[in-house]
Amino acid sequence: MSSIISIKNLHYTYPGDEFESLCGVDLEIEKGSFVAVLGHNGSGKSTLAKHLNAILTPTEGEVLVNGMSTGDEDKLLDIRRTVGMVFQNPDNQIVANVVEDDVAFAPENLGVEPKEIRKRVDNALKQVDMYEFRLHAPHLLSGGQKQRVAIAGVIAMEPEVIVLDEPTAMLDPKGRAEVIDTVTKLCREKGITVVLITHHMSECIGADRVIVMSSGKVIADDSPENVFSQVEFMKSEGLTVPATTELMFELNKNGWHLPLTALGVNECAKEIAKELK
Amino acid sequence: MLKDITLGQYFPGDTVVHRLDPRTKLLLVVIYIVGLFNSTGWASYAFVILVTALSMAISKIKPKSALKGLKPLIIIIILTAVLNIFYTDGTPIAEGWIVTWEGIERAVMMSLRIILLIVGTFMLTYTTSPIALTDGLEIMMGPLKKIKIPVHEMSMMMSMALRFIPTLIEETDKIMSAQKARGADFDSGNLFQRAKALLPILVPLFVSAFRRADELAVAMESRCYHGGKGRTRMKQLKMQGIDLWALVLGAAFLAAIFVMKHFGL
Repeated sequence: MSSIISIKNLHYTYPGDEFESLCGVDLEIEKGSFVAVLGHNGSGKSTLAKHLNAILTPTEGEVLVNGMSTGDEDKLLDIRRTVGMVFQNPDNQIVANVVEDDVAFAPENLGVEPKEIRKRVDNALKQVDMYEFRLHAPHLLSGGQKQRVAIAGVIAMEPEVIVLDEPTAMLDPKGRAEVIDTVTKLCREKGITVVLITHHMSECIGADRVIVMSSGKVIADDSPENVFSQVEFMKSEGLTVPATTELMFELNKNGWHLPLTALGVNECAKEIAKELK
Repeated sequence: MLKDITLGQYFPGDTVVHRLDPRTKLLLVVIYIVGLFNSTGWASYAFVILVTALSMAISKIKPKSALKGLKPLIIIIILTAVLNIFYTDGTPIAEGWIVTWEGIERAVMMSLRIILLIVGTFMLTYTTSPIALTDGLEIMMGPLKKIKIPVHEMSMMMSMALRFIPTLIEETDKIMSAQKARGADFDSGNLFQRAKALLPILVPLFVSAFRRADELAVAMESRCYHGGKGRTRMKQLKMQGIDLWALVLGAAFLAAIFVMKHFGL
């Protein structure tokens, strides 16, 4: 598969800071893939996300979106319509007092024809299962619902990539599941590339690829199975592993022989059942 | 609770008045105000009252909720009435009194005028959603763009402010609870002490409002917002048959008022 975003030797220092927040990141993100980026606070994962749609531009190095450099001012709108961004706080990214007006915001900015906007808005709301709420006021929705409206607002732009910067950090478990299910569906069914920044290990299980960041560098980049089975390495980096892996890891310490690659709850249960027989 | 406050007091509905184009309604309000200020006699007042009552009935707004809007202005109304009673020359109602018959008449008329003004203009906000209202204003003020007045930016700011009022009210609620939990006292002491007690609410509220504004700006940029240039709208405002009829009725109303004024009614 071809890559839609390529990051070459990316360095970034926030204005006024002495140390670099990103020090030499090289990444290729493939079209249609589901990539999760993990790391604890200050690891540079949000800074990386902000580089993907030119909110920040590299101090050194280059970020290419579909071959367009994010440093190129003339391509700004094209880059932003290709890479949509969903942020942590749902309240601070909803601009209108009616759900459907908010979803229409991005296509309106792009100067799309009114009839086409209507079509896109209805479509986007249906894809995130919020169609019946289209006339509601956003502030009366639950966190998970608000975040899905925010996702619809991005889909209405018809982007090729959606970057989600800790979209679940302020949500309850139910809202978290709603958002992750929606994003997974979009990636698998619509072929939209998803970059999910998170610190919940369990949200990475469904991803094609997990990138672990620490102190502005990529320290692991592999399939979730391979990343999480390195339990000791993850712990030495101050990260945890999904509860299922943790359980199997502890059992293995006591003489069990479980494969650490069974990440899902069902797979894990099956492995344990097999071992018990 | 605080959360349920609807701003601008918009009552959703599906009456003829609700379906009118916001621009038509804005024009009608202007016509209404001009008519009201040109009514001089009791007959024209009665006519304006009749028109107001009729439009209230058509838009299915309960008189109770319309009168609720008057509450904060009661003092102004009373003050106007009292001043007019005492400061109008004419025939005193009794020997040696300053109060005159003309004064009483004027006091009643002036109070009626203020009440009608408020009730009439509230009809606009009662039947038009804030978004439709700001959209209508933006289009009507469109020509002002030629003299470099940032019309789009102003209407964007207005709708943004309306959008964030419930969010900020919720936030105020949270901050107040947090400060109360730590022993803050908002309900006792004199006026000065109470005002001072509000400081621990205002400071965090402002800090968070600025942070929100910053995040919102980034989110808007990410969704390709770049000012009003080249922007389209999903909901196009369209003048329809009923709008024309409403404007014809408005013109008739104004004509009737001026005829009555001519005859001193």
